[in-house]
Amino acid sequence: MMAAGHTAGQTAGLGRRRRSAAMAGEAALLAQARLSGPMPWVVAIMVALTVIAAAAGLSLTNTTRAAADALAGGVTVQIVEADPVERARQADAVARALAATPGVTQAYVVSQDEVERLIEPWLGARSGEAAAIPVPALVDARLRDAVTPEVLGGLRRSVRLVAPAARVDAQSGWLQPVFAAIASMQWLAAALVAVLALGLTASVLLAVRNALGANRATIEIVHLLGATDAQIARIFQRSAGFDAAVGGAFGLAAGLAAVLVLGHRFASLGAGLVASGVLGWADWGVLVMIPVAGVVLTMLTARVAVMRTLVRML
Amino acid sequence: MTSATEGEIVQFDNVGLRYGTEREVLSDVSFTLYPGSFYFLTGASGAGKTSLLKLLYLAQRPSRGAIRMFGGDAITMPRDRLPLLRRRLGVVFQDFRLVPHLSAFDNVALPLRVAGVAERDLARPVADMLEWVGLSDRINAIPAQLSGGEQQRVGIARAVIGRPDMLVADEPTGNVDPDMAVKLLRLFESLNRLGTTVVVATHDVHLLKKVPDSLIMRLDQGRLSDPTGALRYPPRRPVARGA
Repeated sequence: MMAAGHTAGQTAGLGRRRRSAAMAGEAALLAQARLSGPMPWVVAIMVALTVIAAAAGLSLTNTTRAAADALAGGVTVQIVEADPVERARQADAVARALAATPGVTQAYVVSQDEVERLIEPWLGARSGEAAAIPVPALVDARLRDAVTPEVLGGLRRSVRLVAPAARVDAQSGWLQPVFAAIASMQWLAAALVAVLALGLTASVLLAVRNALGANRATIEIVHLLGATDAQIARIFQRSAGFDAAVGGAFGLAAGLAAVLVLGHRFASLGAGLVASGVLGWADWGVLVMIPVAGVVLTMLTARVAVMRTLVRML
Repeated sequence: MTSATEGEIVQFDNVGLRYGTEREVLSDVSFTLYPGSFYFLTGASGAGKTSLLKLLYLAQRPSRGAIRMFGGDAITMPRDRLPLLRRRLGVVFQDFRLVPHLSAFDNVALPLRVAGVAERDLARPVADMLEWVGLSDRINAIPAQLSGGEQQRVGIARAVIGRPDMLVADEPTGNVDPDMAVKLLRLFESLNRLGTTVVVATHDVHLLKKVPDSLIMRLDQGRLSDPTGALRYPPRRPVARGA
């Protein structure tokens, strides 16, 4: 029925067309299926902010874990005694008593120089009359296991037998308010990540709706030619995924740069608690996965949005 | 020539269609289309021809009545089965409805791509089809670069490239010169001889005479004239009359 026969030019043109069509594939059906416009930038901003928020959350987690590990089995005994000789005697007695207590791995009297160094930020370098103010002696002890209220009670009873002026405290108790504050900040970081994910979803929904509106006539034609909803959705899905991948790559780069700069600044503070928040390889891995999650979320959102819209068409 | 007969390809039973709360544009339309038949749908402007064709190519659901197509209930059929049904149809739209950003080649290739034909297998048939409608030198032109007649021919090539079981054409010769109109009608007849049921909506009475074996469906103010009952209960017809 159909005649054949082509000139060399037509055949060459066909070859070129065949290659371009093969590359374009289904995407060629809808010219403006690219969400395009600001979409990659929106994704980039969202991913960058998510990376920063997640890095903050992970860093805080590391800080908490490091501090908790360091303080978990720590006990401090203060000898509050005005007489320096008696103070020193009780401190020695406490250290010996603790060292002999089952479950205690280490116990020693903190040197006077170390005590002076610890209180210097609050009282300044003590000299003259200030040097005459008595400072409690400190005994630092490490337990094999965590310090529970029962263990602490037992230690108090045995310590007071040899040092009536002793006050026994678990070191973890001192940082409890700090841990509570850090936990709040971790929740804040998690909430930020969730809000940013919601924002990304909303942006994709808007972009997909615009793209669907711009392509409505073409979609109707392609539908009438027998295209399935899944075929049409796949075009938008790929387009959205491509935009999200480009935006996500830029966002990740920007976010990591910000995290590195902030990390450098905090590290230069030299404070022990801050320094313990350094990100490990697993943390960096989590951050790198954020744009991947962004791409998946974007493609999923685009697919659901397109399918829901197409269902309303015949 | 074969003389096998089959069941109906399309059956309308008391179909009515209204848009919104307006009066019905189609009322009590009942007819049966058999495989291998050639039908002209005539009627004055506004008689409901395009609305009837929309029901035929599954772009619209009726307000009432029953429609069976290819053995299935087209109204209650699950939505995910409609694409397979649509792939058995070829549609020529009055307003062409070409995809504006695609070339003539890509527009004609659309049904094949939708059906999943591999790129390497569609170049030749698309080129042949474009050559047949006289557009082999316009293969890379987008619709905006084509005249109305050329766009109509691209639309026709797109409708028939998939060898549909039923071809539905809305004023397919409205934008082409008389010679091309006859040529296109011969293409429809060729398809019809291969077993494709053809439904052509037109108000060109000269066309009707050019296909002697055709049946004529006349719409008048949304009602189908069928004084002899031949449309609703047509005599059995051969499926194919020889290619």
